[in-house]
Amino acid sequence: MSQSAVEVREVVKRFGDNVVVNGVSLDILTGEFFTMLGPSGSGKTTLLRMIAGFEAPDAGSIFLQGEDVTARPAHLRPVNTVFQDYALFPHMDVVANVEYGLRVRKVARKERRERAQRALDMVQLKGLESRRPAQLSGGQRQRVALARAIVNEPAVLLLDEPLGALDLKLRQEMQVELKAIQRRVGITFIYVTHDQEEAMAMSDRIAIMNGGVIEQIGAPRDVYEHPATPFVARFIGTSNILDRGGKRWSLRPERLRLSLVDAPPTGDDRAPGQIQDVVYLGMMTRYIVHLDSGADLVVVRTNEGSDALSARHAPGDRVMVSWHERDAVVMDHALI
Amino acid sequence: MDPDNGVSTLEPATSGGTKSLRSSALSHRWGTAFLLTPPLLWFFVLYVSSLVLMLITAFWSLNGFTGNVTHQLTGANFHQIASGSYPAIIGRTVLLAALVTVTDAIIAFPFAYVMARVATQRAQRLLLVAVLLPLWASYLAKIYAWISILERGGALNWTFQHLGLPSPNLGFTNGAMWLTFSYIWLPYMIVPLFGALERIPGSLLDASSDLGASSWWTFRHVIVPLALPGLVAGSIFTFSLTLGDYVTPLLVGGANSTLIGNAIYQNLLDGGNLPLAAALSTVPIAIMVAYLLVAKRFGAFESL
Repeated sequence: MSQSAVEVREVVKRFGDNVVVNGVSLDILTGEFFTMLGPSGSGKTTLLRMIAGFEAPDAGSIFLQGEDVTARPAHLRPVNTVFQDYALFPHMDVVANVEYGLRVRKVARKERRERAQRALDMVQLKGLESRRPAQLSGGQRQRVALARAIVNEPAVLLLDEPLGALDLKLRQEMQVELKAIQRRVGITFIYVTHDQEEAMAMSDRIAIMNGGVIEQIGAPRDVYEHPATPFVARFIGTSNILDRGGKRWSLRPERLRLSLVDAPPTGDDRAPGQIQDVVYLGMMTRYIVHLDSGADLVVVRTNEGSDALSARHAPGDRVMVSWHERDAVVMDHALI
Repeated sequence: MDPDNGVSTLEPATSGGTKSLRSSALSHRWGTAFLLTPPLLWFFVLYVSSLVLMLITAFWSLNGFTGNVTHQLTGANFHQIASGSYPAIIGRTVLLAALVTVTDAIIAFPFAYVMARVATQRAQRLLLVAVLLPLWASYLAKIYAWISILERGGALNWTFQHLGLPSPNLGFTNGAMWLTFSYIWLPYMIVPLFGALERIPGSLLDASSDLGASSWWTFRHVIVPLALPGLVAGSIFTFSLTLGDYVTPLLVGGANSTLIGNAIYQNLLDGGNLPLAAALSTVPIAIMVAYLLVAKRFGAFESL
C-alpha cells in the first residue's frame, strides 16, 4: 500500500470561464489531519468536492490509496464527507441517519445497530437515537453528521467547514473533540476551513490556498514561522511586509521590540521611527510605528507587569524598533 | 438554542414607555381583528354554514305526493344510496378517481423532477409556463378537443389505421373519461410535486451518494419520501376534482359513465330531490376525509 492516502495531480477545475482550481498537486499522508485553508473563492471546497467525487476535474487526476479514482463516481469511493449544512436526512431519525451508509452496503441489522451505537457513543449522542434532525440543536446535528460519516470507517474523512455554523464557544470545544476523535480512529482527515486559528489548532499540516493555487504547505509552526509568500504571512496571523535590499521580508508584530531612540545598540537589526497610534487591548498593546524609511510597522507587546516601558510610549514619541535577525523571514519568488 | 438569543430587549424604561407600549399592543390587536373579520365571516357564513345546512338537508326527505321537502330527520336517503344503481356509480367514481391520480402521478413525477432538478433556470421557467398555460384555456374547449381526438373519425383512430393497427374506438367510453381527466388535472399534480422536489437540498443527494448509495437507492430512500407531501397534495387535487366532476362524463362518457356528480345533478335538477342530492354529496366528502386520514397515517404531512 502506498504511504499517501490521497494524491492530487495537476488538477484543474473551471466553472465557465472561471478557473476555480488551477493545477493543484497534493500528497496527503495516511492518518494525517490535513487542512485546506483559504478565503472564500480560493478553490478549497471545490478541491474537496473533487476528492469526494461530486465534481469531476477538467484536467489532472486524483488517487485514493494509490488507485486512480478520477473517473469513479462518489458512491464508489472509500471516502465520506461531513457537510457544511450537515445534510442530515430530515425524514429519518438519528439512528437511521447514522446507519444509512451501512444499510446501503447491506450490513446485517445486528452489526449495523452495534456500529451505529459505537459511533453515537464516540460523538456523545447516546439517548437521542430516535430524535429527528429537526429536534436537535446545531451542535447535536453536527455530531450526527460526524457519526454518520465515521461509522463507515472510510479511508479518508472529508470535512467541509463542519464547525462554521456553530457559535464560538461550541466551535472551540468541537475543535478539541474532533482532533481527539481523529487520533482515536486514526482516519485521515481532510478539513476545509477559512478560519486560520481553527487550522492552526487542529492540523498536522496546512495547505494555504488562494486564487485556485496552493501558496504553501506545511506544519502550523512552519507556515507561521516561515511564510513563503506575502499572502500566507498576512492570512496566517498578521505580519509586517518590508521590502529591503531587493527582497521581501515578513516580520511578525510580536517579535518586534520598542526602545528609546538613544538606547545603546544591542546587535539586533533596528530602524528608527515615530509612534503613530497606540491601541490598548488588555492582554497586549498594539503600536503603529511610522519608520523614517517610510514604511508603517505594527508592533505588539504583551502587557506584562515588568514591561514598564509599554506604559510610557505615546503617539508622537520617537522610538527604535528592533528585532532578531532570525525573526525577519525572507519570502521567496514573489519579488525575485 | 443559545439562551442569550432569547433575551428581550423590549423592557420599557419608564412608566410612560409602558403606557405607549400597552396602547400600541391594543391597537395591534384591533388591527388583527379588523384584518381577520372578512375572511372569517366568509369562511363561517358562506362555507361552513352551507356545509352544515347541506348535511342537515341530507336527513330530510321528499314527499312523494306533493313533491315538497319534509323537514323531519330520517336516514331514508342513505338507505336509498346503499341500494340500487348507486353503489356501482360510487364504485366507478372512486376507481376512476384513483386511476386518474395514479396515472397523473406516474406522468408528473419524471416531468416535475426534470423541471426541478435537471433543467436550467430558463428551461425550468418555460416548462412551468407550458404546464400552467392549458389552465387558462376553457375547460370545455379542452374536453371538446379530446372528443375530436377520440371519436370514431378522430385523430387517434386515424393514426392507428395508418400504422396498420386496429382502431381503439375510445370515444364515449370510460377509457375516454380516464384519458380526459388525466389530461385536464395533470398540472394540479405537476405543480405541487415540482415544489416538493425543488425544496430538497442538493446536499442531501450528495450525502446519499457519498454514503455509497446508487442513484436508484437515493431515488427510493431520499427523493420519493421527501417528495411525498407534494405527491399527496397533488393527489388530493386530482382525486377530489375527479370525484366531483359531472361535465366530462356528460361529454366524453358513454352509456355506463355516470359518476356521483351526475347522480347529484340528476336528482337536483331533473328529479328535484334536494334531500337525496344532499345525501349523495356527503359521499365524496366522506371519501376525501378518509383519504386525508390515510395520507396522514402514512406521514405524508410530517415534513410539510
